Amino acid sequence: MEQRPRSFYILTVFFALFILFLYGPTLTIGILSFQGPQGGLTFPMNGVSMHWFFDLFEQQAVGDIWGAFRRSLALGLMVMVTTVVISVMGGLAFRKRFRGSGALFYLIIASLVIPSILISLGVGLIFNQLGFKIHWATSGFGSQLTWTLPFGLLIMFAVFNRFDKSYEEAARDQGATPWQTIRYVVLPIIAPSLIGVALFGFTLSYDEFARTLLTAGSYNTLPLEIFGMTTNVTTPVIYALGTLTTLFSLVIIGACMLALMVMARRRARHGSDAGRGV
Amino acid sequence: MDRILKSRNVMGWAQASPLALILFGFLVLPILTITVVSFWRATEFSIIPAFSLENYAFLFGSDVTYRVFFATFKYAAITWALTLGIGFTVAFYLAFHIRSQTMQIALFLLCTIPFWTSNIIRMISWIPFLGRNGIANQTLISWGVIDEPLEWLLYSDFSVILAFVHLYTLFMVVPIFNTMMRIDRSLLEAARDAGASGFQTLVHVIFPLTKPGIMIGTIFVVTLVMGDFITVRFMSGSQKANVGRLISNDIALLQYPSAAATSVVLLCTVLLTIAILLRFVDIRKEL
Repeated sequence: MEQRPRSFYILTVFFALFILFLYGPTLTIGILSFQGPQGGLTFPMNGVSMHWFFDLFEQQAVGDIWGAFRRSLALGLMVMVTTVVISVMGGLAFRKRFRGSGALFYLIIASLVIPSILISLGVGLIFNQLGFKIHWATSGFGSQLTWTLPFGLLIMFAVFNRFDKSYEEAARDQGATPWQTIRYVVLPIIAPSLIGVALFGFTLSYDEFARTLLTAGSYNTLPLEIFGMTTNVTTPVIYALGTLTTLFSLVIIGACMLALMVMARRRARHGSDAGRGV
Repeated sequence: MDRILKSRNVMGWAQASPLALILFGFLVLPILTITVVSFWRATEFSIIPAFSLENYAFLFGSDVTYRVFFATFKYAAITWALTLGIGFTVAFYLAFHIRSQTMQIALFLLCTIPFWTSNIIRMISWIPFLGRNGIANQTLISWGVIDEPLEWLLYSDFSVILAFVHLYTLFMVVPIFNTMMRIDRSLLEAARDAGASGFQTLVHVIFPLTKPGIMIGTIFVVTLVMGDFITVRFMSGSQKANVGRLISNDIALLQYPSAAATSVVLLCTVLLTIAILLRFVDIRKEL
């Protein structure tokens, strides 16, 4: 192997600093959440304890965070499933140009670039004027989809742009119906990307703040609850909550990565069955 | 009947209808509503349908508006420059200096994981660093660089921009890395064979070919920063303002027509910015 140029070492240091910049603050609050009962919001550590984690389980200390967590979890799953289904359908639709597809495409981009607070305000106003009650599972759900769907669709566009159409032609030649082609040929091939879409759908919803702000109604989601805490909680209990919910996100990300790896390994093991047919 | 089903227009719309419905109900309608309400009047406790330009007259007649829009552009420009510099360097390192593909994927994932965690927690996590008695001040004092804690670390333009860079650099790294990975490596060899130095290859070959990725990253970062209100509010301790905060303050005071008028102006500004940026890149070709 050829000698590494000097720029490699400089850039490695730069990259390491960037990673430190990304993760350093989060690790810091991870450490600080183990503050002793008398500890403050910053170093030095005043002893080491699990005090602030136990505090999270006491209703009066922090409000209804477990209810908020349950709502965020439910909403995240709803958004995830909807995002996957609609993105796949949308991805299939956009493989062919149809009348109005250009306009719909620009609507998807608009959904991505529009300031979140406008969605929040607009949806809130509509529900208000129509006399509907805003609720996280209706107005909040729809508002979050305007943020997760563009990501899901962009992934699907990228996937279908690289999709080898001869697989479908082969299935059709063997007599598969259009539905069978999708169910037994297209979906299994794009399955790994669907895990990616699901990951985006869940995590973007679980952490969404601005679009839910005016559309969640009287029951807060977790990010709203955490933001409320920042104005009136001045103890490390907020670090403990931050650490727990970040760990939860990491578990979700890890599970998705694991699923992808298992899938890739299974594919490698089974390999192609070309020439081994009946 | 069969012919209708096979028509690509019918098929396309059948598959795209859930998407179209949601975008209509939760994107197009809300924007239309905001536009309509921006012409309404407000009293202290209710909003009244009307066709009045007073919200806009007030908005454009106030000094605050121009200052706040200027601040919004300032945040966007500084954040853009910093995220571009950092993002390009990181993407360049990953794409051209890491030789094993496994390592490349692992390091790329390391950069993207924070994107899937909560922005609010990531903002909160700067407090122990930047506070009056935070890590930064403690360290600088113990090194003897400063005698008294720096007051401008937290709740200032500095902390707002730091948080923006922290949250959004990733939106630069991903599209730039994506375009860099598609650059034909034989072009780099050709440049070297023709006698170009590493730096010349970077400036005259890699950079021009990376422009589409840079544009997509730019669109992300600029729109995210221009539409933000929560980062500015939290990281400036409510001491700084941008357009998003102007809107959210009006909402808090139940002045919906006024909030709607500001929203319409913000939306036009953002869309105009995007329209200009889109002249430089065809997004559909880049996917």
